Amino acid sequence: MNLNELSILSLYSAMAVYALAFIAFAIDLAKRSSAVDSAERPAGAADEASVAGAVAAGSTTTLTRISARIANDAATPYGRSASLRVGVSLIVLAWGLHLVAAVLRGIAAERVPWANMYEFAMTGTLLIVTVFLIVLTRTDLRFLGTFVSGLVLILLGIGALQYYVEVAPLPPALQSVWLVIHVFVASLGTGFFALGFALSFVQLLQARREERVGTAKPGRLKFLQTLPSAFTLENLAYRVNIIGFILWTFTLMAGSIWAERAWGRYWGWDTKEVWTFIIWVIYAGYIHARATRGWRGSRSAWLAIIGFAAVMFNFGIVNVFFKGLHAYSGL
Amino acid sequence: MSRPSDHIDSAPAPSGDGISQPKLGFVGTLRWFWRQLTSMRTALFLLLLLAIAAVPGSLVPQRSSDPNGVTQYFADNPDLAPILDKIQAFDVYASAWFSSIYLLLFVSLIGCVIPRTKHHLQALRAKPPKTPARLARLAGFTTRSAPAGTDAATAVASARTLLKQGRYRVALFDGPKEFSASAERGYMRETGNLVFHSALVGLLVVVGFGSGFGFSGQRVLVEGQTFVNTLLAYDSFNPGRFFNDTELDPYTLTLDDFEVSYETANLEAFGQPVDFTAGVTVTPRGGDAKDGAVRVNDPLRTGGTSVYLLGNGYAPTITVKDPEGTVVFTDSVPFLPQDANLTSLGIVKVPDGLADQVGLVGFFYPTQDETTTGSYFSSFPDLEYPVLTLNVYAGDLGLDDGVPTSVYALDTDTMEPLATRTSDIKPLELKPGETQELPNGLGSVTFENASPDAAAGDYSDSVPRFASFDIHHDPTQGWVLLFAVLVLGGLLTSLFVPRRRLWVKAVEQADGSVRLEYAGLARGEDPGLESAVTALADRHAALLERSASVVKPVEPA
Repeated sequence: MNLNELSILSLYSAMAVYALAFIAFAIDLAKRSSAVDSAERPAGAADEASVAGAVAAGSTTTLTRISARIANDAATPYGRSASLRVGVSLIVLAWGLHLVAAVLRGIAAERVPWANMYEFAMTGTLLIVTVFLIVLTRTDLRFLGTFVSGLVLILLGIGALQYYVEVAPLPPALQSVWLVIHVFVASLGTGFFALGFALSFVQLLQARREERVGTAKPGRLKFLQTLPSAFTLENLAYRVNIIGFILWTFTLMAGSIWAERAWGRYWGWDTKEVWTFIIWVIYAGYIHARATRGWRGSRSAWLAIIGFAAVMFNFGIVNVFFKGLHAYSGL
Repeated sequence: MSRPSDHIDSAPAPSGDGISQPKLGFVGTLRWFWRQLTSMRTALFLLLLLAIAAVPGSLVPQRSSDPNGVTQYFADNPDLAPILDKIQAFDVYASAWFSSIYLLLFVSLIGCVIPRTKHHLQALRAKPPKTPARLARLAGFTTRSAPAGTDAATAVASARTLLKQGRYRVALFDGPKEFSASAERGYMRETGNLVFHSALVGLLVVVGFGSGFGFSGQRVLVEGQTFVNTLLAYDSFNPGRFFNDTELDPYTLTLDDFEVSYETANLEAFGQPVDFTAGVTVTPRGGDAKDGAVRVNDPLRTGGTSVYLLGNGYAPTITVKDPEGTVVFTDSVPFLPQDANLTSLGIVKVPDGLADQVGLVGFFYPTQDETTTGSYFSSFPDLEYPVLTLNVYAGDLGLDDGVPTSVYALDTDTMEPLATRTSDIKPLELKPGETQELPNGLGSVTFENASPDAAAGDYSDSVPRFASFDIHHDPTQGWVLLFAVLVLGGLLTSLFVPRRRLWVKAVEQADGSVRLEYAGLARGEDPGLESAVTALADRHAALLERSASVVKPVEPA
C-alpha cells in the first residue's frame, strides 16, 4: 500500500467518523428539543419573556466576552449532554484522520495537497473543521456540529467520488509559491465563511422564533431555545465573516500577483476572477449592511448566506463547468 | 460623526410627520439628491447591483479574455448573439451599464469619504469630550473605592498615566467634588476606514487610466531566432491609448533553446509536461549580451518590459525545391499543437517559384502511432518517432487579393487537392532528413533534420521548437500594488482596531473617602469594551494601592 492509498484509507475513515459525529450532534439537537419541552411545562412563559427582554436590551448593551454571554443568553439554558461530548470527540478524531489523509497525500505528491479539485476539497474541508475546532476553544459553538460535520461529509463525498484524480506532478502553470499562498488563504477564508454562514442561518431561525415569542404560534425547532439569541449569533457571525472577508481580500490580491506572473496581467475578468470579485462585493455589501440602519439583523444575515452560496458555486460549479484559465480541477 | 444619516452609528433623523416641508428648490433638490446618493442604503444597493451585474460576464464569453469564444458563440447562436452584442454582453466589464454602476458607486463613495475625512481631521485635533454626568448608564460601568489617603485629583492623575500608556488621548476635568479623566483611543480605526476607501478610488483611477500607458504584444520565436523590440517585429501588438511606440526600448532577444521535460516515471501522468524553460540571450541596446530564462510563472523583466512564456510547440524546418533543385521555400514553420501529445497542425504556402502556387497542410506527430483504423496520432509529446505528413494543394493561395490572411490557415476550397487522404495520391509522409517528390512533377519537399549528426534512431533534437512570448509593458503596476497594500492595511485597521472612549471619575464622598467610577463607550464594533473597562479598573486599583503603600511610611506613625 503506497502513501496515496493510505491517504485514501485515512480519508474514508475520517468520513465514516464524521458521519458518526453528525449522528451524535443530531441526537444532541433532538435532546435539546426535549429538554426545552420538559423545561417549558413548569415555567415556559417566564423564560420566553426574559428572552424578549434580553433581545430588546441587546441593542444598547455591548458584548464583553462572547463566550460568557452565550452561556446565559439562551432562553432555556442547557447543560452538557453525553451526545454532545461524544460528537465533539468524534469530530476531533475525524479531523485527525482527515489531517493524516491530507498530509499523506502531500507527501505522496511531494507538494502541497491542494493542486486539483480532489485535493482542494480535502484540504478545504480540513480547514473548515480546523476553523470550527479553533473557534470552539474560545466560544461554545458546539451546536453547529451537525452543520459542520454534515457539510464536510457532503463535500468530501463529492470530492472523493466525483473529483478524484491520481497523484500527478504539478504542471508548469501551477509551479509557483503563490499556489501555496493563494489557494491556502482562499481555503482558509472559505472555512470562516462556512462558519459565518451557519451562524447567520441559525440567526435567521432564531430571529423568527424570537418574533413569535408571545404569539400563540410556537416554533417547531424547539432546540433553538437552547441556543444563543439572534443578537449574539449575529455578532458572532459578523466577527467570523470579517475574518473571512480579510482573507478573501488577500486571496484576491495574491491571485492578482500570481496572475501577473503567470499570465502577464493582474486582472483579466477570467470566470474565476469574476466570481472571486462577486463574492468579495457580496461580503463588502454584508459589512455595509451591518452598518446601515434597517439592514442590521436578518437582512444582512441573508447577504452572508448568499455570499457563502456564491463561494460554494465558485468552487463546485465555476471550476468544473465554466470555461476559463483556472483549469486546475485535473478532471 | 459626519456619516450618512442612515449609518447605524449616526443619530436617527427626526421624523417629519405632521410638519409641512418647505419647497426644496433647485439647489435643495440637488442637495437632496446628493444626500440620497451618498447614503449607506444607496451604497449598499449599488454594491449588490455591481455583484449581480458582474455575473453575465462569466456566463457569456468576453472579448477581453476569450475572443475565440465570442466568435464561436456567434457561430453557435446566430440569432441570439447579435442581440446580446447590442446590450454589450460580450464586453460586460467595459459596458456602459456596468461602468455606470461602478462609477456611481465610486461617486457615492467619494461623497461619503470627503466629509468623513474632514470630520476625522477635526476629531484628530480635538480633545476627548467632557465626561458624562452619569457613567452608570454606560457600558462596563464599574465602581471601586480608592485606598484610604488617596485624594480624588491624585487618583485621576494616575488614571491619566495608565490611559496614556494605553495610547489613549486624555483630557482631565476638575470639579469641586469630582475629578475625571475622559479618554479616547482607536482613531486609527477611522483612519484605516478612510485609507481603505480612498485606496479603492486610487485603485480604480490607476487601473482605469494607467492601462492606457502600456502595451502588450505577441511574438513567436523558433529556436535560434532573434527578436528586436520594435513595433514591426511583433506578430501582434496592442498599444494602450496613450502609448507611443517610440518608447519601445530596442533590445534584442534570442531564443537559444527551448527545454521541455515530461513525466515518464509516474504512469498516471505519463507524458505530462513538468517543465518548460526558454533559454534566451538578451542584448540591451549598446550593452553586453546576457543569458536569461523565461519560464511559466517566471517572466523575464528586461528593457521596461516583462516577457512571458505563454505557449510552445514544434516548428519543423521544411524546404521546397523546384524540379531543377532551386530552393523556393525554406523555413521553420511553427505548427500549432492540437492535443496534449502535441499532434500539431501547420501550413506552408509557396506562392512563387513553382509551376503552380502550392499550399501544404502538415500534420506533425512527435511520436507517431497508428490507430486500428489506420489514422495517425501522437502517443507522446517528445520526439521519439517524429513523422510529418503533408497534404498538397495547388491553385490560388489567395495571397494576391490584398486581403490579409492568417499564416496558420489555408483556404483549400478553391484549390486542387493533389495529395490528400481522399485523393489518388496519399499525403506525403516524411521523417526528419527525408525528401519526397511533390505530385505532378512540381518539385520536391524536404523535412530537414536539425541534428543530422545524431545517432540513428535518436530524434531528440531533430525538430526545432518554438516558443510564443507575450511581451508586456505596464508602468502602473507598482501603483496598483501600492494601492492594494493600502486597501488591505486599511481594511485590517478599520476592522480590528477598537475605537472607544473610557472615563474614570473620582468622587469625594462625604466621609472623606474617594469613590472611583469607570465606564466606556464603543464607537463601532468593539466586543472587548467591557473587559477593557474592567482591566483598567483593576490596573488602576493596583497602581493606587502601590503608591498608597509607598506614601504610608512618610505618614507619622
